[in-house]
Amino acid sequence: MNTLIQLAYFGVAVVFILGLKAMSSPVTARKGIVWAGYAMIAATLVTFYTPGMQNYGLMITAIVLGGGVAWWSGRVVKMTDMPQMVAIYNGMGGGAAAAIAALEFARGGVHSPGVATLAVLGALIGSVAFSGSCIAFAKLQGIMTKTWRLPQQNLVNIGLAALTVLLGLAIVVSGTPVPALIIAFFIVALALGVILTSPIGGADMPVVISLLNAFTGLAVGFEGFVLGNPALIVAGIVVGASGTLLTQLMAKAMNRPIRNVIFTPITGEAAGGGEAIEGSMKEFSALDAASVMRYASKVIIVPGYGMAVAGAQHKVWEMAQLLEEGGVEVVFAIHPVAGRMPGHMNVLLAEAGVPYDKIFDLEEINADFPQADVALVIGANDVVNPVARTDKSSPIYGMPILNVDMAQNVIVVKRGKGAGYSGIENALFYRDNCRMLYGSAQAAIGEVITHVKALEA
Amino acid sequence: MDGITALYVFMLAAFTGYEVISRVPVILHTPLMSGSNFIHGVVLVGAMVVLGHADPEDPVQLAIGFVAVFLGAANAAGGYVVTERMLAMFKSDRKPGGAK
Repeated sequence: MNTLIQLAYFGVAVVFILGLKAMSSPVTARKGIVWAGYAMIAATLVTFYTPGMQNYGLMITAIVLGGGVAWWSGRVVKMTDMPQMVAIYNGMGGGAAAAIAALEFARGGVHSPGVATLAVLGALIGSVAFSGSCIAFAKLQGIMTKTWRLPQQNLVNIGLAALTVLLGLAIVVSGTPVPALIIAFFIVALALGVILTSPIGGADMPVVISLLNAFTGLAVGFEGFVLGNPALIVAGIVVGASGTLLTQLMAKAMNRPIRNVIFTPITGEAAGGGEAIEGSMKEFSALDAASVMRYASKVIIVPGYGMAVAGAQHKVWEMAQLLEEGGVEVVFAIHPVAGRMPGHMNVLLAEAGVPYDKIFDLEEINADFPQADVALVIGANDVVNPVARTDKSSPIYGMPILNVDMAQNVIVVKRGKGAGYSGIENALFYRDNCRMLYGSAQAAIGEVITHVKALEA
Repeated sequence: MDGITALYVFMLAAFTGYEVISRVPVILHTPLMSGSNFIHGVVLVGAMVVLGHADPEDPVQLAIGFVAVFLGAANAAGGYVVTERMLAMFKSDRKPGGAK
């Protein structure tokens, strides 16, 4: 029986890897997740046959409750709220890995110092991923609106991390650890996750979620070693490695090394020291915007989080189609970190039905802005801020941006006059070729559509 | 599994993870993060095993085991649903423009 179970786990690991690989192409991506889904069901069913197990009633109740709640919440959540759902499900995985370690210690299942070290490492990383993901969820969901920094934040981080490692070391050395020690270890590890994540906000959020995702993978992998379960080891480490690479890609797209994301978060105060911005913001009406775009030959649309919040992707695509019928060339330009996760905008535009061949990423489109008559920025801010090219004192200096300011005309759809999510003033809004169209993306684009239709008639 | 074999498994799995993702286009980054989030939901299997071996007389062990299985199942189920919903939008038949 045991050999059969191990063989089944082997098959599951292979299918997981193939599934991840299939997810690397838009054509096969959906098949990939379905394969992985079947593998997960198979792994769960096979596990019931593990020799010497008890507590089946409790086990099945937990699976039905946990799986049911998550399944339901994942079904009903709006597409725009996906990032925080990924964060919270990820946190639960980290919590599960930490709980596995806790139970192994509680029942005395950890026998050698090597295994204890792995269990402690997994527990530490899993706990940080759990509490960190909960904070990330709370922030993206709007439950927690402030980013707070403790005085001497970095010292507190380092001190807390050192304390966690010391407690972990004490657990490993003590052999048969006392419950108080284990409880203290988990409390400090959970606190570390909270303290690390709380000061981070704005554009850094996707990087943090990705990093915590990689953390959970590692934690799962380490607990896999503790349990001697190859399915956990392979799946966990594969996710840990790919998650780390994905995190690096994201951080690179923002020109923010990962250690800067964690240790020197972007804040409004840091932004205050930048160059003074000259000029004023010039307002535009929906009618003006409609006529400028209707008589343009090329319009580049730059969507951002504002479009996601307003759920305006369908309206935007409707407007784009209307303009195309009038002979205007319309394309979409997507910054790698627009929205709250890389690819967030692509997902939303795909939902609205925008074909892939109209969507371009930063490298593909940046040379085209000088030839564009209109760059329409919808709820994006930091990713089009030209100070990233010019102002060395700006915290976002060096981040690659979409060069919308080089277009003939720039129209910015924005809810109000305030600074962006990161709190940095946007020099673009004060440029001579830039006009502001105030209002929520949904309403503003709706009005533009009405005016474009009127122009056609 | 002895230490050295474990080390090799760790190394090979890490390279696999790195290779598998290195060819992913930017537009699939969010679904991929979500998909890998689902895959580490296999932690459910580990949680089931530890709960299965917990002492049925010890409420603390049972409680921790219950939490582990609950969280693991939520990770797997939620990760699957969210990923599947995202990727359903990438169906090529809905896009006359064609996938490139």
